[in-house]
Amino acid sequence: MSATLVKHAKPTLATCALTGCFGCHMSLLDIDERILELVDLVDLDVSPFDDKKAFDRPVDVGFIEGGCSNEYNVRELREFRKHCRILVSVGACAINGGVPAMRNTISLRDCLDAVYLHGVSLQGDGVIPNDEDLPLLLDRVYPSHEVVKIDYFLPGCPPSGDALWEGLKALLIGNKPDLPYLLCKYE
Amino acid sequence: MVAESFSFTIDGIVVQARPGQSVLQACDEAGIYIPRLCHHPDLAPSGACRVCTCRINGRNSAACVTPAAPGMVIENDTPLLTADRRAVIEMLFVEGNHPCPYCVASGDCELQALGYRLGMVAPVQPYQWPGRPIDATHPDIALDHDRCILCARCIEASRMQDGKSVFGFAGRGIAMRLNVDAAGGLGDTQMAAIDKAASVCPVACIVIKRGSYRIPNGERRFDKAPIGSDIEARRARPTP
Amino acid sequence: MNAAGTAWIGGIVRSFGSDRTRLMDIVTAVQHQFGYVSDEAVQSLATDLGIHPVEIEEMVSFYAFFDRQERGRNRIRLSNTPISVMKGARDVARAFEEALGIRLGETTADGAFTLQWTSDIGLADQEPAALVNGIPLAALTPEDAPLILAALRQAGDPSALPAYPPSAADAARLPNAPIRSSLVQAGPLLGGSPDKAAGLRAALALTPEAVIDEITASKLRGRGGAGFPTGLKWRLTRKATGVEHYIACNADEGEPGTFKDRLLLSEFPDLVFDGMSVAGYALGARTGLLYLRGEYAYMWDDLQRVLRERRSLGLLGTGIGGKAGFDFDIRIQLGAGAYICGEESSLLESLEGKRGSPRDRPPFPTERGYLGQPTAIDNVETLVCATRIMEKGAAWFASFGTKESTGTKLMCVSGDCERPGIYETPFGITINELLDLVGAPDAQYVQFSGPSGQAVAPKDFGRRIAYEDLSTGGSTMIFGPNRDVLDIALQFSAFFVDESCGWCPPCRVGTTLLKQGMEKIVAGRATLADLASTEALANTVLRMSRCGLGQTAPNPILTTMRSFPEIYESRLASADFEPLVPLQDALRAAVQVQGRDPVKDGA
Repeated sequence: MSATLVKHAKPTLATCALTGCFGCHMSLLDIDERILELVDLVDLDVSPFDDKKAFDRPVDVGFIEGGCSNEYNVRELREFRKHCRILVSVGACAINGGVPAMRNTISLRDCLDAVYLHGVSLQGDGVIPNDEDLPLLLDRVYPSHEVVKIDYFLPGCPPSGDALWEGLKALLIGNKPDLPYLLCKYE
Repeated sequence: MVAESFSFTIDGIVVQARPGQSVLQACDEAGIYIPRLCHHPDLAPSGACRVCTCRINGRNSAACVTPAAPGMVIENDTPLLTADRRAVIEMLFVEGNHPCPYCVASGDCELQALGYRLGMVAPVQPYQWPGRPIDATHPDIALDHDRCILCARCIEASRMQDGKSVFGFAGRGIAMRLNVDAAGGLGDTQMAAIDKAASVCPVACIVIKRGSYRIPNGERRFDKAPIGSDIEARRARPTP
Repeated sequence: MNAAGTAWIGGIVRSFGSDRTRLMDIVTAVQHQFGYVSDEAVQSLATDLGIHPVEIEEMVSFYAFFDRQERGRNRIRLSNTPISVMKGARDVARAFEEALGIRLGETTADGAFTLQWTSDIGLADQEPAALVNGIPLAALTPEDAPLILAALRQAGDPSALPAYPPSAADAARLPNAPIRSSLVQAGPLLGGSPDKAAGLRAALALTPEAVIDEITASKLRGRGGAGFPTGLKWRLTRKATGVEHYIACNADEGEPGTFKDRLLLSEFPDLVFDGMSVAGYALGARTGLLYLRGEYAYMWDDLQRVLRERRSLGLLGTGIGGKAGFDFDIRIQLGAGAYICGEESSLLESLEGKRGSPRDRPPFPTERGYLGQPTAIDNVETLVCATRIMEKGAAWFASFGTKESTGTKLMCVSGDCERPGIYETPFGITINELLDLVGAPDAQYVQFSGPSGQAVAPKDFGRRIAYEDLSTGGSTMIFGPNRDVLDIALQFSAFFVDESCGWCPPCRVGTTLLKQGMEKIVAGRATLADLASTEALANTVLRMSRCGLGQTAPNPILTTMRSFPEIYESRLASADFEPLVPLQDALRAAVQVQGRDPVKDGA
């Protein structure tokens, strides 16, 4: 993977939240006063933080939070792969599906039946939602590297602000984001 | 009569050993850490996990079941062995269901700690997502098969130390599972929370209920220092 | 299970002296008395043997031929190997499925039939083959399926379980039985008509040490493929101290494509038993153990008859050959469907009535083997060689073959050739010479020494069959020009998944991951990076596995990668990344549940 950065005034960072809890994004905000430094370091491109929805230029680094549980997730992840020079799986859900992947040992039909047709909290007859605006669910929740090529991983649930900060800084100067022992945690 | 000691070398370091010691035991005493998973100091070695595989006299052998012998030449800390051990740890991660974020053993889990120590950032082999039901039939102990890595520690401990044979394997190959000595589950066995078998699980398959978060995350065995640091601390200084 | 059942189990356990090391025999009896090993039977066995149910379960659940759930009274096991498949096994399977109205792996609603695949059953030269209630049926066609079923329905009481081990009379009722002889070309080992005890008589004229000297002088090496010097093995075993010494004959011929032990045991059993007796004399053993794979249970009656005959001739028993103090007899241990039990330490575990998981070495079996006593474990063919060496002398034996590989080898030839079967050839012939002999002028490659061996491409057909060049257990599977090398490698990978014992993760998990890697490759969905990671994984499995199974399981992949890189390359995906699962496959379940199509890309 070429780590040469796109020529902009500042390197660019895109982030997305697929099937996850947004905790990894919150953790990125959890770097205290360094957030001012972050603003100096990178320009935010597509991201829930600035609400930019679509790519209109190549981006240096993409952070993926969350796994792929439905067809929209897959499409968004592919978009990120297409536009980001370096794509990073951030956090447990992107890396192994995380909490949403608890359903992975159960078939999709059983899972939907249990939730919508005979869940203990249902009143009356349930129905499986089927609006055409709802994306179809995948048979299981996929980690992002099983869907597109992923260049690096930043583990954690979420990765700590320090871990994200160190990882991002390393990437921006063209290094591998090797985290020290105290920052590399799967949980 | 004290049996005569002898020496062998591991990664070029001379280690003294006594007859009857395994390579792993002798190296532990000398403060040289060989990564291992299924091995437990209080139990007979089973050679199950193969993580302690070293290159011994030119052949790959598990250090826990290889008797130390005079003049052995052993490689332990090499890039190839580390990569192979990491691959084995990764296989265990994708074979079972190991969700560290919501697992009670995080920070205290030997599988996880070996992942860190051996440089596994994230498993990339395909996850297998086996369906493995939880056995919650015992009042004091939960048996979470998702986490089981089939290391055989509990089987050995229950048979040889508790004299109970609560555990065994069932099936073979990728379908192999930990089994208990009662059709009704762990609750119908002789298992007690004070059994040796309840305390030797390297992961969170056998969990004693109501005690899980007494030590908070961040202050657990492997939170601050890598697994094996205690053994390495025994080695005051390199042999000249 | 009723009280009568419990009492029956009690009787069986007592008939084996309530000895838990005889659990293989005990469970085999229970399986075939009741058709399966029920929870109650497990409980009953545990009580009668004074051990825990979990220990019974551990053993029973290991073997493919033991069932914990009730299955059909009649068991149809179709041989599933690349050879059987290319000879039409899948068509035969479909014919059975249609005739029975079930799928492979299922049982008919009336409980009469269970249909399933099984690993190689030692009939590679006459595939497609099957074991029907343990009876071998060969050269099957789809048309045979209804005839076989009709014969089974007519045979005796339809609600009764078939006898096991099956008898010749049971076999005679079925079409396609008996199987034909596999011997195509005999040589010095199998030529002539040897008498029943020429080897033993010659041995008894010598001291045990002199017998071992003679075997050593012959330079006989193990015929399973590993090639350990037999004289040295016997010397080590004899020298080792123990209460007893044992000779075990490894007839767990599970390597796909091998069927020489079947030939030797069915047509030359005296040569085998004579060899065991020679070894027994040389080692100072009183007991010989023949570990017979469960797939060969149909030989049971004949082999027992031969043993009885040898006893009546004074060739087994006490004071054999007038030699005071030489007391020796042979017990046959039936296996129950586990390839791993061909690995010698797993074989010992199974002989002791346990799961067939390998042991760590040291100690080696020559020091601590069966029941912890010094044990020599020899291949069937090795013992036949020993018989002939005793009879005709070490010099005679060493006059065949090469310097390092004396004698001859039984080559089991199958696949794309005109004359499959067993060829006794001197060591040192080339693969080309063998291919000429069997009529395979256009072989694309030879899977040599079974899936655990190597794929040999034409550029290496000039290599010699000998321990110093290409070592072999005998399996020689020939694949012609139109065969799909990658699909065959995938089938062999699946074989190792089925047969991994599960003890160590590199093999237990690694074989499954390798099979999945091969599936992606065969589907044309693998990228160069996928290929590299499959190769790296294969090498890890090879380096880290505990025993020979895991250490050789990657061979079908690694050796075809080495021999046919261009075939792998031609199957690569054009994209630089392919997802683990194609999106349309991942969405199939949702499309079914929700009854609508996914949103099209770009929509």
